[in-house]
Amino acid sequence: MRQHLRRETLVNAGLAVLLLAAPAIAAMAGEPFYVTLATRMAILALAAVGLNFVLGLGGLVSFGHAAFFGIGGYAAGILATHAFNQEPFPFGLSGTNQMLVIWLAALIASGIVALLIGLVSLRTSGVYFIMITLAFAQMIYYFAISWPAYGGEDGLSIYVRNAFPGVNTLDPLSFFLICYVLLMIVLAFFATLRNSRFGAALQAARQNPVRLASVGVEPFRIRLVAFVISGMITGLAGALFADLNRFVSPSMLSWHMSGELIVLIILGGTGRLFGPVAGAILYILFEYFLGGITERWQLFLGLILLAVVLFARGGLIGLLAGKVRHD
Amino acid sequence: MTEPLLDIRNLCKNFGALKATDNVSLDLRPGEIHALIGPNGAGKTTLIHQIAGTLQPSSGTIRFLGRDIGGMSMPGRTRLGLGRTFQISSLTLEFSALRNVMLALQARQGSSFRFFRPVMRDRSLTDPAYETLERVGLHERAMVAAGELSHGERRQLEIAIALALGSKAFLLDEPMAGMDSEGSQALTRFLDGLRREAPILLVEHDMDAVFALADRISVLVYGRVIATGTVEEIRRDPEVRHAYLGEDD
Ligand SMILES: Nc1ncnc2c1ncn2[C@@H]1O[C@H](COP(=O)(O)OP(=O)(O)OP(=O)(O)O)[C@@H](O)[C@H]1O
Ligand SMILES: [Mg+2]
Repeated sequence: MRQHLRRETLVNAGLAVLLLAAPAIAAMAGEPFYVTLATRMAILALAAVGLNFVLGLGGLVSFGHAAFFGIGGYAAGILATHAFNQEPFPFGLSGTNQMLVIWLAALIASGIVALLIGLVSLRTSGVYFIMITLAFAQMIYYFAISWPAYGGEDGLSIYVRNAFPGVNTLDPLSFFLICYVLLMIVLAFFATLRNSRFGAALQAARQNPVRLASVGVEPFRIRLVAFVISGMITGLAGALFADLNRFVSPSMLSWHMSGELIVLIILGGTGRLFGPVAGAILYILFEYFLGGITERWQLFLGLILLAVVLFARGGLIGLLAGKVRHD
Repeated sequence: MTEPLLDIRNLCKNFGALKATDNVSLDLRPGEIHALIGPNGAGKTTLIHQIAGTLQPSSGTIRFLGRDIGGMSMPGRTRLGLGRTFQISSLTLEFSALRNVMLALQARQGSSFRFFRPVMRDRSLTDPAYETLERVGLHERAMVAAGELSHGERRQLEIAIALALGSKAFLLDEPMAGMDSEGSQALTRFLDGLRREAPILLVEHDMDAVFALADRISVLVYGRVIATGTVEEIRRDPEVRHAYLGEDD
């Protein structure tokens, strides 16, 4: 048991160092493109860590997490646009280009939407849950497309990357570091929560909801809180993604995005602490290298995914570190 | 006479045309073991499900501690003090035996919304969980995943979980099933003492255990209670001998 734990810790540390060292070296070598690639990995990993709370710990296959990713993105885009154009909001609120405020807005907005979606969707399970989460995300997607005030189908540009106190966010490596540090903080939170009382109840709700209910805990409430936490984190990642691209588009809200997050969790290892990190690194590398060879890289990705599901259920982390062990 | 803790009146449950519970009335009094026996398919588990809140009765009332609990959810009934075990073990299989018991303890403490402190370093969970496993004789297997426990050990773990809940009444659905004779004798001795903590509604096919333990026995056949009485009364009852015990003679 100990050995498995140590091995997984080593693998995780290796991934953390790799994700930090690669862009640092690329920046020194004057290759900002690779820094951007690593930043995408960190942001997608963060979004997937959010999903991993419900998918990995809670066993809830949300096919609608693009909703939160997009809402976080639009929170950033809308606030930045108002600040740039100096147009105030109603109720005397104004836009801002401060990342800290934007993150807070992204967390709150995606949290509220997660609460509403969770209240409805968590009353169902299995395929119905998958379909209802998908349906909600698609509703928000079509709403964004048909809402001209913030770009509609064309999306919304952020003219200058938002600001962070004491950091030049326009420097690619500095922006990467912001994303990386946030990812590490959220991973620490994931690890802590997983071992907590709430984490125990959430994992029990996946393993055997009848057992959880019969000791006197409503699985619904546990899942709802987890769903809100999950949506908030994916929303935070969306705000960072908007700043990375300096652009928000409805594609952040589309079902492809939801699918991508599920795929990279499966690639990396469902429920594993660093599963989303491993998955994001793999996914972006596939996209970059296979995408360079063929337009149809997603076909190959599909085959790889099939192989993972059939032969390596634990994803990359499972291959490297063995099975999950609880105390 | 002492007031019953659990009082079931005119309970009916239909599955389509099948009357799985047919106008059942029975009660559970402080300090007693009330055994519920009957052939396979008689409706014993269905009755337990309705008391615990897993199934909704078609009609009738269930009162516990003087309250009508008919509209209460299963978790609500547990929190009120009804502890049950499942005929088919229902555990969190990836978790160790210890963590299965700890889950019950955290539920009892009403504190599942704590996000930071690691459970395995929380002595208010680990210590009483270990003690509870000791009571049922499973402490040496505390760190083994529930999924790797033998059938009999899982039955013991189910009981440990019910104990950890500090229940005011126990509903045990065939706790001896799948145990070897040594195991069921040990469990019989254990339940004999447990009745002083809280009364037990005991569904059991093991007649040695039932006759050794029961203060009263109710016999269920085709969803109906055909007799209720002491061990002697039930042994002598001609209808019971015909419908159920007769098979054994
Ligand atoms: N969900 C259900 N839907 C339809 N019929 C059911 C359902 N659950 C149980 N039954 C039927 O109700 C009857 C009573 O079943 P129950 O499981 O309560 O019997 P039991 O007395 O516990 O039997 P055993 O001794 O085998 O455990 C059986 O005929 C069974 O087939
Ligand atoms: Mg039964």
